[in-house]
Amino acid sequence: MNAATAAPASATGGTVAALRRAWGVSPGSLLALAAVIAFLAAFLLLPVGTVFATAFREADGSFTLGHFASFFTTTLMRESFYNSLVVAAASVAIASAIAVPLAYLTVRFEFRGAILIQTLGVLPLIMPPFVGAVAMTLIWGRSGTVNLLLDEHLGLTIPFMQGLNGVIFVESLHYFPFILMNLIVALRNIDSAMEEAALNLGCRGWRLFRRVVFPLALPGYLAGAALVFIKVFDDLGTPLVLGQTNLLAPQAYLRITQVGLEDPMGYVISVIMIAFSILALWLSVRVMKGRDFTTVQKGAGGLARRRLSAGESILAYAGIVLVLLVVLSPHLGLLILSFAQIWSFAPLPDAWTLRHYATVFADSTFMIRNTLLYCGLAAAIDVAIGVTIAYLILRTRLPGRRWLDFAASAAIAVPGIVLAIGYLRTFQGVQLGGVPITQTWLLIMIAYAVRRLPYALRSCMAALQQINVSLEEAAEMLGASGWRVVRRIVIPLMAGGILAGFVSSFITAAVELSATILLVVRESQAPMSYGIYLYMQSVAGRGPGAALGVLAVALVAIGTYLSHRVVERAQLANAPARGIEAA
Amino acid sequence: MKKVAVECRHIGLAYGRTEVLKDITLKIEPGEFFALLGPSGSGKSTLLRLIAGFNQHNRGELLVDGRDITGVPPHARNIGMVFQSYALWPHLTVFDNVAFGLVERKLPREEIRRRTEAALELVGLREYAARRPNQLSGGQQQRVALARTIVIEPQVLLLDEPLSNLDKQLRVTMRQELLALQRKLGITTIFVTHDQEEAMTTADRMAVLDAGVVQQVGTPAELFDFPVNRFVANFVGTMNLIDGVLEPAGDGVDFVAAPLGRLRLPRRDDFAPGPAAISFRPHVVQLQDAAAARDPALLWIEGTVEAAEFLGETTRYRVRVAGLALTADQAHLGGVRNFSEGSRVALGVAPAQLRCLRE
Repeated sequence: MNAATAAPASATGGTVAALRRAWGVSPGSLLALAAVIAFLAAFLLLPVGTVFATAFREADGSFTLGHFASFFTTTLMRESFYNSLVVAAASVAIASAIAVPLAYLTVRFEFRGAILIQTLGVLPLIMPPFVGAVAMTLIWGRSGTVNLLLDEHLGLTIPFMQGLNGVIFVESLHYFPFILMNLIVALRNIDSAMEEAALNLGCRGWRLFRRVVFPLALPGYLAGAALVFIKVFDDLGTPLVLGQTNLLAPQAYLRITQVGLEDPMGYVISVIMIAFSILALWLSVRVMKGRDFTTVQKGAGGLARRRLSAGESILAYAGIVLVLLVVLSPHLGLLILSFAQIWSFAPLPDAWTLRHYATVFADSTFMIRNTLLYCGLAAAIDVAIGVTIAYLILRTRLPGRRWLDFAASAAIAVPGIVLAIGYLRTFQGVQLGGVPITQTWLLIMIAYAVRRLPYALRSCMAALQQINVSLEEAAEMLGASGWRVVRRIVIPLMAGGILAGFVSSFITAAVELSATILLVVRESQAPMSYGIYLYMQSVAGRGPGAALGVLAVALVAIGTYLSHRVVERAQLANAPARGIEAA
Repeated sequence: MKKVAVECRHIGLAYGRTEVLKDITLKIEPGEFFALLGPSGSGKSTLLRLIAGFNQHNRGELLVDGRDITGVPPHARNIGMVFQSYALWPHLTVFDNVAFGLVERKLPREEIRRRTEAALELVGLREYAARRPNQLSGGQQQRVALARTIVIEPQVLLLDEPLSNLDKQLRVTMRQELLALQRKLGITTIFVTHDQEEAMTTADRMAVLDAGVVQQVGTPAELFDFPVNRFVANFVGTMNLIDGVLEPAGDGVDFVAAPLGRLRLPRRDDFAPGPAAISFRPHVVQLQDAAAARDPALLWIEGTVEAAEFLGETTRYRVRVAGLALTADQAHLGGVRNFSEGSRVALGVAPAQLRCLRE
């Protein structure tokens, strides 16, 4: 070897070594980092940035606040804004009224119904509110099952579904589990000594709940409540299906589809929706700050549990069954609707049929195929990005690596409709093999990937956090290089978490509507969620729509169940050897 | 403040078939600083929680100030407890934590403020009133927990391993503070610990628990000098135990044990014939070269030094005597050479220091 060739080689070697020493990264992971940044920049930051830029710019490109001024001077816009706030706040209130007692019941008392309550937690994941909305009108509407029965026996009717009530009702029934699950976890994490100390000082009953237990669980409650607020505030499908368009999300949709991509109002609404999402998230984080109330000590259990007396048990079960009936009414309604021949002005359908399923299988199997294709690809992209980001954050000292997490998670605050508007505007005129990219299904799939990335990322982060770094160091000590350690140790150990991330991305994307609805340009591109929405537009289509809805829910439910099983098994198989836990 | 007595009469507690406490009978005198000492799982914390009202005994009576409080719920007992984890509520400030019990008692606002400040003053944390518990050090949290409990002027103060979360030096300071405070308030105090040094340095009297049974009650010196059984002997301090049989012999008693052969002891009431363990503390042993002249007033055992641990003030030797390993502590003096491993030594013990254990 002569000096001339040796010099550059050692220079490259020197750079690699320097990278490793400074940030703990290899050239390979830098490449992966670049790919992730490019993806996020192109499909999240750029489109959202475009939306913001458009909202603040005149047609000639100069800066203006005029569009916002005209938003607040337009009666319809003001009303929609106000309605959206009212609907979101009321939904949080009703969801809390359902969730708080249920959570307390589960944590405080020993009884079997607790398992029923736990299973409620997955409901909003397996079926988004718009799917069951039509069924809800048939059950709770003015001439629905409940009101027909009430009118017949008591001579009164209750306007559950009238106007915005319907949106509030449907949304709170779907999203209360977010509060329920967060609150249960928070309550479980309260050290029993916290409660005993209060009892010891003479505090009990309602005062104990109000002064000690609830304040300690407050962060969990707020996290759930913020999530519900955002979900409701951003939801497009439910108000559209229920015909309530005087809300922000439907207005944005109508502006873009009816007035056109050039109309600034759609962008103004988008900015406002993002601002509120961020505000809600920020508030919940802000309240949490400096108040990590996770207080369980080693060996100490949660709150003291007590058995219910026979009478209390009956009361509790009656309450839970009642809540369950109401909460499951969209699901039950959807199932009934899918088998109903004619269901109108009657408590139950007049006749039953399998025809709707036949229709769906004859006409709409391509939608099922589309859903599998888009969601499968989107979920694969998500876990690839999720693993990369998790690795870069937890295993390197790359400067600014926390921003990656932040950027990827920011998608949570971007409503689907806003992302779709951003795509249409940003990629307007971009050609792909002679076809405008906005005419292809690629953007639908990428929108899914971006929107569901936070879920996959959380799973991957959690999985990697559980792997003791010494397992990797051991492999390195035995001669495995960076990438080989990742492939032979990290990824196999993360498999459970990766799969969980894949499935949660997949199933939540399978029922995504608010980006889909704007990005589908031809019926042949439609996934199931769009198909359900399309069918539900006409009275004749309700049956097949419901049948397709049942299929979607079944697909999602099976996926959820399977991933749950696989993750559990992986956790058992990969449990650390004895002694590691103690360390 | 009236000082009250706490009395347990034949208290038993079982979860299903597991007996956690068996026939506990104890009387804690008014104003006493009483320690419950035992290993983990001995039932000491269970007993404390039972006095606070968080557990209910299945059998027996629990009397405070002569009144049976069995069945009185915890919030109505006026018995203060300081938790091992302190259990300070993170959502409340130091002031609000301390004022909590007074608010529950619906006292006038002015009195709450006055008494809370007085309690904080007492533990030296007045200027920390506006802070949150997680902004305090471990020792400060401990003081807040204490202030929160004594501010309600409980009849009895219960301390559950109060020093276990502190580092060693702070532990010593805190236990002195705790004792000073208890003396000042004169409040009957029951203190749970697994650390014998902690119990011995603070308690007026203590009870040693094991397997849910009170093994012995007495002053620290009584328990150290006259343990009633092997468990107490080993749990309170270190003890050399030699199993054998006592046999009458002439004007004395012979102790016959396989590793030692026959050892002549003076006649004494507790040296009654029969199987027994003869025991002595490591620090009463006089250790010398086997070849050196021996004091005839002492009993002598010969052995070989197997290991030596230098502890600073003392050196602890493990001496092999046939099948036995005996422990002997020798005060360390600068410049004095220690016995090296393998050297032959003689252990001398004054007969008055021997204890005879039957259980």
